[in-house]
Amino acid sequence: MTQVQDMKLDGNAIAGLLREIFAVEMTTARGTCASCGAVNEVGRVEVYIHAPGTVVRCPDCEQVLMRVVHGRGRYWVDMTGVRCLEFAES
Amino acid sequence: MRDTQRLMGFVSRGFRGKRRDTASSSRVPPGQYVVTDFPVLSAGPTPRVEVDQWTFSIEGEIDEPRRWTWKEFQALPTETVTKDIHCVTKWSKLDTSWKGVSVDTLMEGVETAAEFTTIYSDGGYTTNVPLDDITGNKAWVVYEFDGQPLQPEHGGPVRFLVPHLYFWKSAKWVRGIRLEKDEHPGFWESNGYNMYGDPWREQRYWGD
Ligand SMILES: [Zn+2]
Repeated sequence: MTQVQDMKLDGNAIAGLLREIFAVEMTTARGTCASCGAVNEVGRVEVYIHAPGTVVRCPDCEQVLMRVVHGRGRYWVDMTGVRCLEFAES
Repeated sequence: MRDTQRLMGFVSRGFRGKRRDTASSSRVPPGQYVVTDFPVLSAGPTPRVEVDQWTFSIEGEIDEPRRWTWKEFQALPTETVTKDIHCVTKWSKLDTSWKGVSVDTLMEGVETAAEFTTIYSDGGYTTNVPLDDITGNKAWVVYEFDGQPLQPEHGGPVRFLVPHLYFWKSAKWVRGIRLEKDEHPGFWESNGYNMYGDPWREQRYWGD
């Protein structure tokens, strides 16, 4: 029990990891659609930008993969439609 | 020379301001500009619905859910309204004319414990609006724009119209109203956009 607690860190421990992940060139990344399971490269997905935010959809089933809203100097990113994102290290 | 430029700048600024005043400023919420065309916004592919497949429903917190076919819906009393609309992407369009059915007509006699609603559409789009904001002559389910059948890119055959809130609340391709006791954030409201969306208070994003 104490051992488990000792192993638990706070969010600062992943700061470097997240910085590395989110700074990577993503056009050749591959996402798995949470709805239909299709795997598609970012370059192949369907994107709608004439909207209050950016909507990314699966080219196989048209379900939403990602929603990105940008405003007031902030981003809101929903990725519940992407089950797994695979990409090469930088 | 410099003084002249300054004066010119002052004059043209003042002139522009005045023109906007007389035309519209009391009708244009903060941060918005007026357009004369009708921009098309879409978060997904345009659904193609045959009217003989189309229905409109009121469901959720209601003893007997209501449902109209296209033919039944066309037989309901209609209203033609002229409203200003305000898109959160900052354009406003004045004096838009719509024909459709008032939500009051659809809700006539409905007893409900609901205080909130989810407006839902073909293609999976949803938006949340308090019940008080779609009743009391504030919202319509419309199928004509400017005297013509509503085009698919603008939400045809039928869209929602709740013009006192930002236009993302006026869901395109609408298929029904779900009456709810609790507020459930819709497509944009769950990802940064404001739960209420009053253009006069610039309620664009979370925290506004
Ligand atoms: Zn898919």
